[in-house]
Amino acid sequence: MDWFKSLSNVLYVDLARKSYWVEPREDLFSRWLGGIGVATQLYKEEVSSKVDPLSPENVIIFTVGPLTGIYPLASKTIAVFKSPLNNYFAESHAGGRSALAIRFAGYGAIVIRGASERPIYVVIDDSRVRFRDATALWDMRSTETVGRILREVTPGSGHRAIMRIGRAGERLVRYASVVTETYRHFGRLGLGAVFGSKKLKALVVVGRRGFNVPDVSTYREVYNEIYELAVKSPAMKKYHDLGTAANVLALNSIKALPTRNFSSGVFELAGEVSGEKLAETVLARRVACAGCPTACIHIAALREPYPEEPYFYKIKFISYDHEPLYALATNLGIGSREGFLRLLDVVEEEGLDAISTGVILAWATEAYLNGLITEKELLTKLNWGDYESYIKVVRNIVLQPNEFYSTMALGVEEAARKYGGLEYALAFNKVEPAGYHTGPLYFVSLMIGSRHSHLDAGAYSLDQELLASKKQLPKPQEAVELIIEEESWRQVLTSLAICLFARGIYKPDVVVKCFKPLKVEYGVEQLKKLGREIWIEKQLIKRAEGFSPLSLRIPERILKTPTPLGNIDPEYIKEALKYYDLLVSLASKMR
Amino acid sequence: MVKRLVVLDVNKCVGCQLCMLACSRRFGVVGHSKSAIWVRSAGGFERGFTIVVCRACRDPPCARVCPVNALKARDGGGVILDISKCIGCGLCRESCDIGAVMWDYEVNKPVICTHCGFCTPFCPHNVLAVEEVV
Ligand code: SF4
Ligand code: SF4
Ligand code: SF4
Ligand code: SF4
Repeated sequence: MDWFKSLSNVLYVDLARKSYWVEPREDLFSRWLGGIGVATQLYKEEVSSKVDPLSPENVIIFTVGPLTGIYPLASKTIAVFKSPLNNYFAESHAGGRSALAIRFAGYGAIVIRGASERPIYVVIDDSRVRFRDATALWDMRSTETVGRILREVTPGSGHRAIMRIGRAGERLVRYASVVTETYRHFGRLGLGAVFGSKKLKALVVVGRRGFNVPDVSTYREVYNEIYELAVKSPAMKKYHDLGTAANVLALNSIKALPTRNFSSGVFELAGEVSGEKLAETVLARRVACAGCPTACIHIAALREPYPEEPYFYKIKFISYDHEPLYALATNLGIGSREGFLRLLDVVEEEGLDAISTGVILAWATEAYLNGLITEKELLTKLNWGDYESYIKVVRNIVLQPNEFYSTMALGVEEAARKYGGLEYALAFNKVEPAGYHTGPLYFVSLMIGSRHSHLDAGAYSLDQELLASKKQLPKPQEAVELIIEEESWRQVLTSLAICLFARGIYKPDVVVKCFKPLKVEYGVEQLKKLGREIWIEKQLIKRAEGFSPLSLRIPERILKTPTPLGNIDPEYIKEALKYYDLLVSLASKMR
Repeated sequence: MVKRLVVLDVNKCVGCQLCMLACSRRFGVVGHSKSAIWVRSAGGFERGFTIVVCRACRDPPCARVCPVNALKARDGGGVILDISKCIGCGLCRESCDIGAVMWDYEVNKPVICTHCGFCTPFCPHNVLAVEEVV
């Protein structure tokens, strides 16, 4: 298909040799669409199952999809790499301007190999790639400053993405993130540490080109249709109005809002850190990813006085969402908006994943209160709600002044294995969970989902639908089928590289229609089959890397704290894992 | 009546760039290469955005400097480009103080807003409009 030709340029960048080249990979794109489909195949080519995630043999793959830039909300970039947090195939998605910049620079994928000896940053400007020294940017305390400098010294304002890491990535904190356009993140699974291990401080991509669509008049028609759907949809309005932060009160009302390390589903101060309250008091601006009408990114303004000088203030801008609110407010017992924003600001400056960081802080609080760790390790006291201490702990996770903090930098699983408190160390295959205590389907999905993310299948919604309809819990096997079906369709959406918030708009028949102006024919069933195939590809890679679902640890805490669907039965989860294991074994035998 | 494109309230702009994409789409092009409007952050997203587009000058400096008369003053302000005459010298670009002469690197010719209004319905936050010139 001609269309895939225009997308199929893969840019290879070798950081060791400081060289680059382009390979047309129509074979991959016409078979696997783009996005996660193509990234999975590139990963298979590049990374063998034994590779150490922090060695030069690991690669960083960025892909966009066949609809990127063409329709509203086709605005995501997919990153694939081997995770230094859990040692498995990993993916992380982000928007900002990254997707359009990569596509309009003329690429469908970027593969970054090797490691540099010295700190560098890489500028991809149309057909050129430049390797620049980043020594002066290294060890800077704030990712925001790094962004500010790179905005000044690189070309392409308005047409570029600036993806960078903070000190957390440089110091190989296993859950360090990559920040793009200050407010979007490749947050989960430690892409920041992989950047750091390669001495790659930042990747700047400038895209100013355009390309033609084969059938222009149909294109305009379909575009208008999707645009109308997007601006009129109630779901998109919700994301614009309060954003994902609307979840705080919604989850609290059904007793599913993780509080104080998942010891409760209700936070008595939820009203203080709710989306509603934040919008009324601190919301300063809403912004959008390039190509998205929704503008779900909510930015708060925090005015902080300087203690030593009267009437002297700094104003910080901090973007918030449900996940950071859960991880750095409710789950730590913080009911102060200012405290939450200040803590989040430090997490952002350092370039850490907010979810993992919050979960580790929550474990450390309990471990300290239980006497498993003391001030000697922590270098501070710690208690629920004490954001000043949390800020100190976050800085120390990055600086790693002692053995305790070096262990904290490896993730909550490692920390609890060494210091105790495993029963309340929240991690699923070593990945700290997002903020839902909705019921068993959610936790099953965290355990079997390819990247152990709430977004793999959005199973917190399945739990909530069960609650609303007062239906019986499905059998574990049925639950697994439901989860896999949803996750498989999401493989199609993330291969097209569409924002998952728009999943209600991009229904299968709409996706088929979107391809028409590109003179590409797909059927609904064909797409679904492809989604399933991509899903299987990912499971098989993980299996080859040693993933064994039957030996996954179930944190006892999630069983003790009741969910809206009652207490979770561990046998239910085990049955589900067995069934999932069986399905993947069968799939691998079919090969 | 002749119309021109106006920015109603730049503070409501969310930086989605759908206007830029719409402008290129006039020609069936996906991208920014044919866009006569340019939205960039005003020094980081948190500070909001700057929208750069032709203001429809009554006595357009860009037309005055064009050595081959490829730019003609348009009724109601701004200019009309006759691309067949243009030699791609770039003088118009230098003459526009607000930087509203964009550049199409693929053909090496300027791109200037024609005040057609195609982009306005695609601004989801009512930042752009066309108004009658009085
Ligand atoms: S670039 Fe073209 S339109 Fe502009 S001044 Fe030169 S000839 Fe005239
Ligand atoms: S391009 Fe600049 S000088 Fe020319 S008409 Fe537009 S605003 Fe005026
Ligand atoms: S009015 Fe027409 S030419 Fe001007 S920016 Fe909008 S779409 Fe482009
Ligand atoms: S479409 Fe409207 S909101 Fe979006 S960038 Fe353009 S002017 Fe701003």
